[in-house]
Amino acid sequence: MIRPMTISEKILAEHAGLHEVEPGQLINARVDLVLGNDITAPIAIEEMRRIGATTVFDPAKIVMVPDHFVPNKDIKSAQQCQLMREFAKEFQLPHYFEVGEMGIEHALLPEQGLVLPGDLVVGADSHTTTYGALGAFSTGVGSTDIAAAMITGEAWFRVPETMRIIFQGKRRPWVDGKDLILFTIGKIGVDGALYKAMEFTGETIANLSMDSRLTMSNMAIEAGGKNGIIAPDKITKEYVQSRAKRPYKFQYSDGQAKYSQTLEIDVTRIEPQVAFPHLPSNVKPISAVGNVPIDQAVIGSCTNGRLEDLRTAARVLKGRKRAPYTRLIIIPATQEIYRQAMKEGLFEIFLDALAVISTPTCGPCLGGYMGVLNKGERAVTTTNRNFVGRMGHPESEVYLANPAVAAASSVLGRIGGPEELNL
Amino acid sequence: MIFKGKVWKFGANVDTDAIIPARYLNTTDPVEMASHLMEDIDPKFIEKIQPGDIFVADENFGCGSSREHAPIAIKYAGIACVIAKSYARIFYRNSFNMGLPILESAEAVDGTQQGEELRVDSETGAIENLSTGKTYKAQLIPPFMQQLIEAGGLMSYVQKFKMKA
Repeated sequence: MIRPMTISEKILAEHAGLHEVEPGQLINARVDLVLGNDITAPIAIEEMRRIGATTVFDPAKIVMVPDHFVPNKDIKSAQQCQLMREFAKEFQLPHYFEVGEMGIEHALLPEQGLVLPGDLVVGADSHTTTYGALGAFSTGVGSTDIAAAMITGEAWFRVPETMRIIFQGKRRPWVDGKDLILFTIGKIGVDGALYKAMEFTGETIANLSMDSRLTMSNMAIEAGGKNGIIAPDKITKEYVQSRAKRPYKFQYSDGQAKYSQTLEIDVTRIEPQVAFPHLPSNVKPISAVGNVPIDQAVIGSCTNGRLEDLRTAARVLKGRKRAPYTRLIIIPATQEIYRQAMKEGLFEIFLDALAVISTPTCGPCLGGYMGVLNKGERAVTTTNRNFVGRMGHPESEVYLANPAVAAASSVLGRIGGPEELNL
Repeated sequence: MIFKGKVWKFGANVDTDAIIPARYLNTTDPVEMASHLMEDIDPKFIEKIQPGDIFVADENFGCGSSREHAPIAIKYAGIACVIAKSYARIFYRNSFNMGLPILESAEAVDGTQQGEELRVDSETGAIENLSTGKTYKAQLIPPFMQQLIEAGGLMSYVQKFKMKA
């Protein structure tokens, strides 16, 4: 009899051509998609060239997205992007996304239907965990890994143990996926799920939008997780059926599957969360934040730059202005989100609030450009990391929060929730 | 391989932004990457280390981004190997893939101070603190990963076993 398996184990087993796998086992598995960006792909491309590779396993299964430092922030970035562009031309990659079509990779791939339920995906970017929200097994790897995967169509994995996190209860107002995942990271720590698969489940998840699910899976890596998966359901089906251009498979954990740990979280007690410097696990509920003046608010990134995030920010910002001497930077994550936000009139609200609206880019999240902090400056941001120097100067500070809190904080000039604006 | 070198000790959760800040990721030049190693912790760090020095760190070394620039910067700065209580998983696989020797030993980390000298045998996992005379044992490396190391990293492995001549 085949041992009962979790959804993560099932996807890995199927792609390794095995009936079953168990935690700890090292496997070689076929991948459905290989992803690289302007930071990681250039090293991979040079590695491929170094060993004399002249073919790729399948051009249609390689996705290249220049998103971190584009539109080119400086000459060196221009060189990196050119290297990628030339590679895409040479190998005739159908999924190379030039500026004007691109978006932040982890918002773009699900939106374009490139990642589907049941897939096994490797990406040379740690936030590749995002696609777990679609019921895919997807994980971040390094440049050398994708170089090898682009040649062979395979990658090696150590089958992870699975940690199950059950979310129960109704969310409070202004609490979304960001708060659920920040709360979880706060509880288990930045290495709480090290080497493990995280599986998010429970009544709260069943009622959570796809955008919020993507936010949760995105930040699984911030707890050290290998992936952050959510079993497919009605919401998944609704999201993928209009986008998919190839067949896909819904996989589920068996009832008897073994988990290394099960954590139950009572969502009714969770307020909007704020992660203080310098770790994503350093969280406090919004009511315990105190007086933290800010210089900048950023709403965007692969974590929170989707349509729902922008709509939430607009609900808070409507008829309000950001505080004097405070910068508000809003970055829709893809061209499609950008266009839709514009159509819905969100840009009017943002412009009236004295925000700047940027073209899609990872930009400030990793201190690249488009909102770098000076010494002593402080930002509240919907991004994913608040390590020392993450958004600029090593003596600047980053506070992580959801879009409603970031928007409200920009109006208040200090960290605070929408409730302080009587919302 | 046997390494002998001076210890640079770090705490828990050393992230890849600390190892090499993101503002320097717009390059594929390993020497340039190495020149920014640990710059935000100590701007003069690269001038203070000697080739063959060893990094010793607490839990979850290399957490954060997937940037292979991090192990590359460490290797090209001349650091011989890293010993930690545990590693963030992408950093762990990157190190094997590109050939930076890394070992896991909680005891060795607890028994080692900044500036002490270690002798490390990366094959047997034997770690000797030459300053105190104490010896430790690192966790064994799984056979597949030994194979990767023996082949000279993942790309050489692919070249050897997976590519058509």
